[in-house]
Formats: sequence, C-alpha cells, structure tokens
Amino acid sequence: MTTTTDAAAAATPAAGEAGEPVLSVRDMRVWYGTERGPVRAVDGVSFDVRPGETLGLVGESGCGKSTLGRGVLGLTPPGSAVDGEVLLRGTNLVEQSPKQLQKLRGPELGLIFQEPMTRLNPLMKISEQFEETLRTHEKGLSKQEIRERSLEALRGMGIPPSRYESYPHEFSGGMRQRIMIALALVLRPAFVVADEPTTALDVLVEAQIIKILADLRKNFDTALVLITHNLGIVAEACDRVAVMYAGHIVEQGDSREVFANPQHPYTKELLRSTISLSTTGLHYIPGSPPDLGNPPEGCRFHPRCPVAMRGCATAEPPEVQLRSGVRSTCWHQAIEVDPSLADELGTDGREPLAAVKEISVADEA
Amino acid sequence: MPTKPDTDAAAIVLDKEAEVSADAETLVEIEDLEVHFGLRGNFLSRLTGRGGGAVKAVDGINLTLRKGEVLGLVGESGSGKTTLGRTLLGLNAATGGAIRYRGEDIVKYSERQMRPLRRKLQMVFQDPHASLNPAMDIRTAVGHPLIIHGLVKDDEEYEAKVVDALERVGLAPAERYLTKFPSDLSGGQKQRAVLARAIIADPELLVADEPISMLDMSVRAKILQLMLDLKRDLDLTYVYVTHDLASAKFFCDNIAIMYLGRIVEYGPTEEVFADPKHPYTKALLAAIPEPDPTKAVERELPRGEIPDAARPPLGCSFHPRCPVALASCGWEARDLRALLERRWLEMPVEEYAKEKSLFADLVALGEPELNRLAIAPGRGHTEEEVLEYLRNLREEGSAAQPREPFWSGVVAMQAEGGHVVLEFEQARDPRLRLLPETGVQVACHLYDGSGGE
Repeated sequence: MTTTTDAAAAATPAAGEAGEPVLSVRDMRVWYGTERGPVRAVDGVSFDVRPGETLGLVGESGCGKSTLGRGVLGLTPPGSAVDGEVLLRGTNLVEQSPKQLQKLRGPELGLIFQEPMTRLNPLMKISEQFEETLRTHEKGLSKQEIRERSLEALRGMGIPPSRYESYPHEFSGGMRQRIMIALALVLRPAFVVADEPTTALDVLVEAQIIKILADLRKNFDTALVLITHNLGIVAEACDRVAVMYAGHIVEQGDSREVFANPQHPYTKELLRSTISLSTTGLHYIPGSPPDLGNPPEGCRFHPRCPVAMRGCATAEPPEVQLRSGVRSTCWHQAIEVDPSLADELGTDGREPLAAVKEISVADEA
Repeated sequence: MPTKPDTDAAAIVLDKEAEVSADAETLVEIEDLEVHFGLRGNFLSRLTGRGGGAVKAVDGINLTLRKGEVLGLVGESGSGKTTLGRTLLGLNAATGGAIRYRGEDIVKYSERQMRPLRRKLQMVFQDPHASLNPAMDIRTAVGHPLIIHGLVKDDEEYEAKVVDALERVGLAPAERYLTKFPSDLSGGQKQRAVLARAIIADPELLVADEPISMLDMSVRAKILQLMLDLKRDLDLTYVYVTHDLASAKFFCDNIAIMYLGRIVEYGPTEEVFADPKHPYTKALLAAIPEPDPTKAVERELPRGEIPDAARPPLGCSFHPRCPVALASCGWEARDLRALLERRWLEMPVEEYAKEKSLFADLVALGEPELNRLAIAPGRGHTEEEVLEYLRNLREEGSAAQPREPFWSGVVAMQAEGGHVVLEFEQARDPRLRLLPETGVQVACHLYDGSGGE
C-alpha cells in the first residue's frame, strides 16, 4: 500500500492537532513464517501517537491488532520479521538491537497484558514487585524514593497505601489489573501498549479501569495504544481510533467523529453488528475475515462489502484524508476526494460488484 | 453480497412480541435451591472437625421456567450464574432445595436416574474451542449423544440425523463438514457444531453458558440469530447465562440479575431494563460502554468489587458498594476498614501515616461479621483521640454529597475500657418481593417498606 497518495496523506498530520508525535509508525509490516508460506499479519500500516493521547486499535481476532502492538515494542516471536519504520522520538526501533530495545523497555516503552491473574509473581509482595521493577530500570534510587514513587503510582490506580505489603492473592482480579497498570506506569514510560486490558474482567470492573485509563491521559503525558475488540470502550476511553481489517488500517481518526460518522464500509458494518442496549434487530457481516496467507486481491474487504464495486476486486484502494480529518482506505472515499482516481478502477470499475457466488451460511461463521 | 438483515430484524421483533403467555406449561420449577461448596480450611480446623466454612455459590433461589421461555441469568463472575445453570442439568450437586422438571424433583436423582433425562436437558459451553474433542471428527462429535443414549438403530439413521443437525445449524452442505476436525473450523463454526450436538438428541431445555462471549463481534449476532431460529423450529426453552446485559436485553423474555449467589432482581426483561429497581441492576446498566458517542452519558460507578464469596458481607451482599444503602443493610466492622482505605487513597502520604497510626491493628478491623467492634488505639494514642477522629469522620460523611451511607448503620460509638466501641444496627437479609403492577421481584430494603425513601 505504498501509493503516493498514502505517503502524502501520512506525512501531513491532521490540521488542529498539536504536539510532536511520541511514536510514528510508517509502512510497518510484520511477517510470520508458516508451513504454508509467509503470513503478512500486519501489512503496511502508518499511524502517529502524540503525548497524552490514547489511540484505540480495534478489529476482529486475526486482523493483526495484537501483532501490531507487539511489533511496535519489538516483541514479535521468533520466526517473524518486521519491516518499515517505528520512530520513537526519532529513533527507529526496527533497527535497534535486542539489547538496545531492552534498555528502552520500562523508561520509554511499556506493555500492559491481558491476564492480570497470571502476570504478577505470586511469591512476591506488591512492594517487592515495585522494588524489583524500579531497581532494574532506574538504578540508584533510594529506598524512600522507591516507596514514594510506588505508592504514588498505586494511588493513581485506586489501590490503598495500606495494601502495599500484601501479596497478589489478597487482591481481586480488577485490583490486580490496576496493580499491573501501576507497575507499567511507575517507570513513567513515554509510550504504552495495553493489549485487551479488560477482556478477562467483569462489566463493572471494566468500567472502573476504563475510567482510570481515561483519567490517565489527563494527568500524565503517556501516549497509549489500547488494543480491544470492544467498540464501546474505544468510544469512551480513546481520543483517536484505528480500525484494522486483515492486516491493514482501513479507517483512522478522531474517535467521536469515526463513531458518529463511520466512513469505511467495514467500520459501518462492524458498528451495526455490535449488540448494544439500543439493539432492536440483529445485524451481521456476511463471510469471514480472509486467510492472511492468501488475502483477496484489491480491497481486502471487497468479498464481504455491501457496496463493493467491480474495481474493488482488482485495485487496492489508497488511503485518503477526508475533510473531517479522518483517513479512510476505500475507493468510495478516494474517488470523492480525487475524482481522477476513478481511472485506476478501469472501465465499468464503478459498477456494483454483483454477488458472484452466494456466500453460504457455513462460510460466514 | 447484499445484506438482508433489515427484513430479518423486523421478523425477529415480531417474534419477540409473541411473548410466552403466562399460562404456558411450566417446564422447570426451582425452589429454595442451594449449592454450597465446602472449604477445606487449614490443618487445625480439619483436625477439630470444624471445617473451613462453605462458599454459598447458589443460596436460596426460586425460579419458574415456562415452556418456550428464554430466561437470562445475568451477573458478574462469582455471582453463581454458571453454577445455577449447571445444577439445573445435574452437573453440580445441589445441597438443598428442589428442581422440579415436569413435576419431578431431580435433585435427589442418582446418576443412573439422571442419565435418560440428560437427553432432554442439554448444555452449550462458553468456549467452543474447548468443548469439542480435538481428536474427534465432526461426524463423531455431533453424533455422540445418539450413541450414548442409544437413539439410532444403524449407521444409515445415524448419518441422516447428523446431517440433519448440521444443516439445521447452518453447516451446509453437511458433507463438507462431516470429516473435518475442530481445528479446521473457525470459532463461529465450532459453536455451530456444538449447537448441533446439543440439539441432535431432541432436547427440551438448553442451558447456554456465555455462548457468544468468546466470539468476534461480527459473528455474535449470527449465533444469537441461529439460537432464535432453533428455538422456533424445535420448540426449545433456553436458560441464557451471561454477563453481557446488552445481548440479554435483546435475547431474553425474563431476566434474573444475580449477585453473590442470590437473585436481586427478577422479572420481564422489558420491565427490568425500562425501570431497573435494585441499585445493583442500575449500576450494571450504567457500566455498559456505549459505542454511540451521542448516547454516552457521565456515570457514577459503584466502588469496590464483588466480595469474596467465602466471606460474604452481612445482610444485603451489595451494601458495601451501594450508594443508597440504609441502616439495616448489614453494616459491619469490615466496612469501616474499607471506608478508611478509601479516605487514605486521596491523602498526602504524611497525613495518611498520621491517621493510620491512630489504629493499632487494621487487619483486625477486616474480620467479617463483627456486629460490635472494639478498636484498640495505636501506640502513643488514646481511645479519646480515636473517638474524636471517628466522630469527625462521621460528621464529614453525613454532610458530604452524596452522603456516606456507612454512618447510618452505626448505632453507638463510645470510649470504653481503653477501646473505642462501635455498635452496628442489626443486619437484615432482604428477601425477593414482588412489586405489584410491574411483575418485577426485587430484593432490596428500599422497596420493602423498612425505612426506604
């Protein structure tokens, strides 16, 4: 997806947004080697995250959102390859050695995991977990400083100071997740990835943590990428949202704008199929996400798209910036922004794509 | 491919309007059902034979399930909703009460008596990836109940039934799936196969435990739709266990909100959602994230989390988190500790240290079920200082907006023999009580005429 339009759009930040980005990702790709050949889990994505900003990364399972989060931190498993640019305040993380990366983790990069129950050492008191973290990453802190820093981080997450000397088993799931977040934040990283931080938790606890994350961006300058499949969480806790489909970011922009006026057909369909309290009828997207080892040609969403055109099946759409500042990767918006692009679709390229083969129900689920 | 949901959606709405009539045949009646799990306790307590108490996973539940009804059991983890669903099918042993299936109490049934009934009572589990044996192909897995219950004479009949079940759940053409293994299927397809296995023995009641929570957003609606279709075609009755209020609102005729082993609110889904009565139901509803920014509202979340079921709070289990709790809701010593910890959370470290030193032993405050509490002052402090401090707290709390409900439960507070003694109002358990006109039952002192506003 390295069309000129894409690069041009990516290079100019949306109007009205202040602050240099902490993290700039440009045309990042992540491959996994499998028996069936390479799988491009993330295939040319570009985005920026500014200080104090929360970017929500949403998509179905298998769309590459977790891979993207890990890839940015240099935590992809063996047998994978990362390409493109991940600029953390000008340093390209992709080119760093593992040793250099390890040094950045903690003071610069943080990760909040999905399962709070299994990530704390059960044999260590909370105070010891904090001491270990701070001693490893910031040498030379006094005992008193360590205690103050830890208590401050815990207090920000709503853990009473009287529980500082407790063991992990004495806390509930929600409290453990808040301790995990405090552990990541005590090092004051510039950039944090939170990978489904509330998925294993209950509705009320989830809401509490979302509130904490929302307060976080007000009180700290931490840039946060929040990976989730819950659109409601993104709408409530994120400044901006990036919607992923089959390894691509298909739409990104201000989260209020994207949820109020979704542009890309996939975003529209995803929002419609979400069951919320106001749901009166069931809606779902036909078909299933493609096999990333062998993705469809053209726009990757075209086999499931209700408004696909003939050209969508052959030509890959460029990413264009709309007047609202939202960027969308769909031929419909591309042609709206620049009518001359219609030529790329070829003759009758704008005719509706007839349902070539009926998708059987079984293929859908 | 053109989307077709609009007409479908309309059809579903009509379906839902054909509500289960009140005179429909009663299928299952649950009376005072209890499922308690004994705790082993420590060595000493086992030696003295006192045991370690019990977790009351299900604690006195009454429900009636009519034929063709969809009943939602909703609650957070630890509320006992899954245990209740499993007990219905005899997968957990009840320790008290009765489950009458078509008039017969199945609680006392032996495994041998239970087995033929299992044909009629089926379960769909949460994780489709874990509920299919990875070494069984779909033909074997889906047809397994037919063999177990001896429902087929020969291979031909077996094959025909399996094919029919697969096609009913949308795995068509069935020939394509018969020889596949679970690892070849997507999550949604696996859940369809699980449903096929559940319906193949011609059941009456299906307990679905979070059937869609492990699936992707775009697939969830499809599986719910399939369940609605199956219910209509096969005349099924569902118990839908979930923590997701949004899908329960759409899917269920009646809904029971559970908290720590008890039902706190139970009634027709429409009534419960239109006008939630119990403070817990209100809190749950307020906590659901709303994807539409135009509908999002500021909300007050209840403090704290679901308590430890082995040591449940006195009185109403929700009282420590309840913003409108009354004097008799079950205030006790533990709640004072929680109150102090909440207060200290917002304080500079030095002030916190000063206040904490007033108390000799905070852990002692955390003991459950203390109706009368003697607080020892910390070293270098007198009981008068502690009393003064608590009196100030009470004044602050009563003047605060919103009012701190804890203090309403404290009936006496005085210095006595080197300690500060707090006495709490006698706790009363709220009972489920029918609110006339709405058909909703609610267990809350606000609605039983005992001093509610």
